[in-house]
Parts: sequence; C-alpha cells; structure tokens
Amino acid sequence: MEIDPFIFRLSIFILSIFIGYYVVWSVTPSLHTPLMSVTNAISSVIIVGAIIAALAGTSESIFNTSSIFGFIAIILAAINIFGGFLVTQRMLQMYKKKKDKKK
Amino acid sequence: MISANLAAIFYLVSGILFILALRGLSSPDTSRQGNYFGIAGMIIAIVVTFLSIGNFSTSLVYVVIFLVIGGAIGAFIAFKIPMTAMPELVAGFHSLVGLAAVFVAIAAFLNPAAFNLGNVGDIKLASLIEMSIGAAVGAITFSGSIIAFLKLRGIMSGAPITFSGQHILNLILGIGIFVLIFYLCKTQSTNIFWTVIVISFLVGILLIIPIGGADMPVVISMLNSYSGWAAAGIGFTLENTALIITGALVGSSGAILSYIMCKAMNRSFVSVILGGFGADNSTEDKKDKKDQKPVKSGNAEDAAFLMKNASSVIIVPGYGMAVAQAQHALREMVDKLKKNDIKVTYAIHPVAGRMPGHMNVLLAEANVPYDEVFELEDINNDFANSDVAFVIGANDVTNPVAKTDPKSPIFGMPVLDVEKCKSVLFVKRSLSPGYAGIDNELFYKDNTLMLFADAKKMTEDIVKNLD
Repeated sequence: MEIDPFIFRLSIFILSIFIGYYVVWSVTPSLHTPLMSVTNAISSVIIVGAIIAALAGTSESIFNTSSIFGFIAIILAAINIFGGFLVTQRMLQMYKKKKDKKK
Repeated sequence: MISANLAAIFYLVSGILFILALRGLSSPDTSRQGNYFGIAGMIIAIVVTFLSIGNFSTSLVYVVIFLVIGGAIGAFIAFKIPMTAMPELVAGFHSLVGLAAVFVAIAAFLNPAAFNLGNVGDIKLASLIEMSIGAAVGAITFSGSIIAFLKLRGIMSGAPITFSGQHILNLILGIGIFVLIFYLCKTQSTNIFWTVIVISFLVGILLIIPIGGADMPVVISMLNSYSGWAAAGIGFTLENTALIITGALVGSSGAILSYIMCKAMNRSFVSVILGGFGADNSTEDKKDKKDQKPVKSGNAEDAAFLMKNASSVIIVPGYGMAVAQAQHALREMVDKLKKNDIKVTYAIHPVAGRMPGHMNVLLAEANVPYDEVFELEDINNDFANSDVAFVIGANDVTNPVAKTDPKSPIFGMPVLDVEKCKSVLFVKRSLSPGYAGIDNELFYKDNTLMLFADAKKMTEDIVKNLD
C-alpha cells in the first residue's frame, strides 16, 4: 500500500502548526508588532505560485487570462515582501539604536 | 533547470529559515538576525522557483519587471509610513496577501496544466478542494482587511454596524460556500468557482463591519491568521513545502495573538466575532452620576511640581498618546525627570495600542530603551510603591471598575493598578468615557489630578515647568 503524498504534506502542515505555536509563544510581547509585519512578509512566499502562473504563458501569448492573474499577484506579493521585510527592519532598528546610545 | 526533488529540498530550507525568522523575535538582540533569515528564505524560494521552471523566455523579463514595480512600491511605503499608522499598514498588507492568494488560485483554476494539477475541466479532486478553500479564505482575508484598514484609517467609522439577522446571514453564506465547493468538485464549473469567490468577498465584509473600534487589535490578529491559512491552502494546491510551512506558522501566530488580545480584554473570541462592542451604550443615569462627582483638575505647573518631588514615576501610555504624537515630548519629560534622579518606568497594557505591541514600537521610535518598558504583569505590583503615575492617552486599561463592579462590561479585564499610586496624573482632553463607553472611576479618586489638555501640549508644558 502506498501512502498518498497528500498525507505527507498534511503531516508537514500539522507539525508546522505545532512549531508555530511554540515559537510564537516565545516571542516577547514588546516585539508583537514586528512579529505581525514579518509574518506578513513571509506569507507572501505565495509569490512562487504567482511566478509559476505568470511563466506558464507561451511565447506567442505571454499574457493569457491565467498568466495575467499571475502577473498581478506578483505585484501584490512583491509589495508585501519588500514592504513587510523593510518595515520590520526599520522597527527592529529602533530597538537597537536605544541600546547603543545607552552604553 | 533543477529537479523537482531538489527544488522541494530548497523549499524546505526556506521554510526552516522562516521558522528561524520568528524564533529570532524572542529577544530584541536576535530579532534583526531573524529578519535576515526571513529575507534569505524568501530569496531562496524565489530563485528556486525560477530555476525549477527553467522557462527563460520573454515572460521572465516581464516577471522581473513586475517584481521590481511591486518591490519599489513596497519599499516606498515601508520607508514613508509613520509608526502610528502601523495597524493600517499591516491590515493593508494582509489584504494584499489575501488577494494574491485569490489570484493564484484563479490562475491555477484557469490553467491547471501549468501547476501539474490536471487539465481544464478535469482538475484533480484534492487540488480543486484545496484551491477553492485557499481562494475562499484569501477572499475573506482581502475584503475583511480592507474594512479593517478603512476603520483604522478613520475613513469608515469605528462604530460597529449591525443589523438584525446578521449572524444568520453569515451562517447561511458560510454554509453556501461549502455547498458550492461540493458542487464545484462534481461539475468543475467555472461559474461556481467565481461564485465561491464573490460570496467569500461578501463574507469578509460582513464579518468585520459589526466589530467595533475597541476590538481592532483582535481583528488585525485574526486577519493575520486568516492570511496564513489562505497561504497554506494555496501551498497544498501547489504542493509547495515552503508555502505550507509558512502558512501554518502565520496561521498559528495570528491565532495566538488573537488569543492574547482577547484575554487582555477579558473577552471571548466568539463575542468579539459577534461584534457590537464599543457602541454608544452609556446610559443616562451614568451621565447624571458623573455630573455630581467632584473632579480635581490641575495644570502643567502642578504636575511638574508633583513629579519633581517624587522619587519614582510610572508612565502609562495609551493610544491617545500616539494620536497626539506626544511620544517625543514624553521622552523629553522623562529625560528631565531622570536628571533629577527620579526613577521612571513605563507600564504597557497588552491592548494599549491598536495592534499587539504597538505601544512598544512607538516608544522605541521615541528612543525609549526597551528595558525601561514593562508589561502589565511585570509592573503591576510596583504601583503601590510608586509616587506618581502619569497616565497619558490611556483610559479603560486603568479603570478600577474592572476589578470591583461585576456589572461593568469590562469586569474581569486585567487592568493596571494605577490607583494604588500615591498620586495619579491623568492627561485627558475631557471626562468622556473611553472606547468601552464606560465612565472611569479613577477620575474621581482623591489622589487623582486631572490634566485637561491635548497630550502633546500638556507634556510640553510640563517639560517647560520642570526647568
């Protein structure tokens, strides 16, 4: 009997929920806002789906209905990736500055 | 061109890097390193996707162009956004993740062959279920976040919008989505797929409009969670480990934050979702009582005098401080106090801002060292031993009613024991009740001095009087 690959993905999913549970509880409350912005940024890894969709067009028709949705999704996800990581960086930088000044 | 197996391993690596990114946030010292892990994970995921497709035709040029356009917009926003606007920004970003999930699902539905999911009209059953769930959750995230964004931005009133039969309608629409997905699997009909998405957009709107302004921290966390589940749904469709891991991480992260926020307000998650909180429900008889009770009010001079003669001061900032942009003036005041050898600490209630941890970021922006900032449970015992509590822009989170009056809507909510301080300075524009719509008993205590003014102006005046 062969196990459906779906079961493996489901296992990864469930185990990741547990990892997420323990990792997030260890996040210090003062960094909850950066936590939200960084989770936002990493969930934009959905861009991989957008890239696959966008590159699926043939050389004659780069823009077909499906790939256009892919291209738009690339823009949306890219805004999120750059915006999310950079704004997180900006916030975390502020937590650093103070400490250096104090020393 | 790399093999699917190698690509899968790289996706796993980027998933692990994302876990490390969250792990880094356990302390401010490791947090920046964590963020770099996250960026590295993202770069790996994107590069591997390009390599595994191996289609370096003209399409690729367009992909890069669109990537750069989006990136430039994102970078521009990230550098321009003021820290007070973080809640709106995060809500806005959630909506983008949601919409991207919807679009990827649509693309996969229209061109399943590109994703190895079968052919048009003959998509694998499991994939069809996964992509429609991903699309539905994505659509709810999108429209819900837009509403949250509009409310936070003040474009839409923060007051809850309720109508009779609202919950029944939501329930029917929710069941409707599942029924439609069931028929979609049987018929593979494009029209049903579109209907599912449209109804989900509607559900997202209906779900958020009844939730009042005071519950916004829960809403943002909840939408954070939804955006994760949407990503995970798409991850299953694309059979992509990085996406599945990330979706699970983000989903549970948002869920935990919602839980923390609910607990901080002593509200059950269900009652937040059902909404209606924060409506103007203050009764006439409460208003009468307010008029009778005497209030002591003072000016900046009195406040400066009190603080100068104190040996320890606890600052209790709230969202009002952020609105008035008083954090920098506050920092100046604290610097002066510290020069006089007065011990100053900050007490932050978990729901002090409009999103989890918001107040901490605002104080960090004003260069307040994070080791002077304490969470509720760490500092609450110190109020009894302190001379002055300086409440600026906070209200409900200091209300002793939460501990004494079982009839109060906020009864049981953990509050800061501000009234135990020898004297309390309360900066506020008027005696109006806070978001919860209830009167604050603290105003009428003997040891409370009300400072009626704009938070920023009052703080600046106090600074002048401290010289």
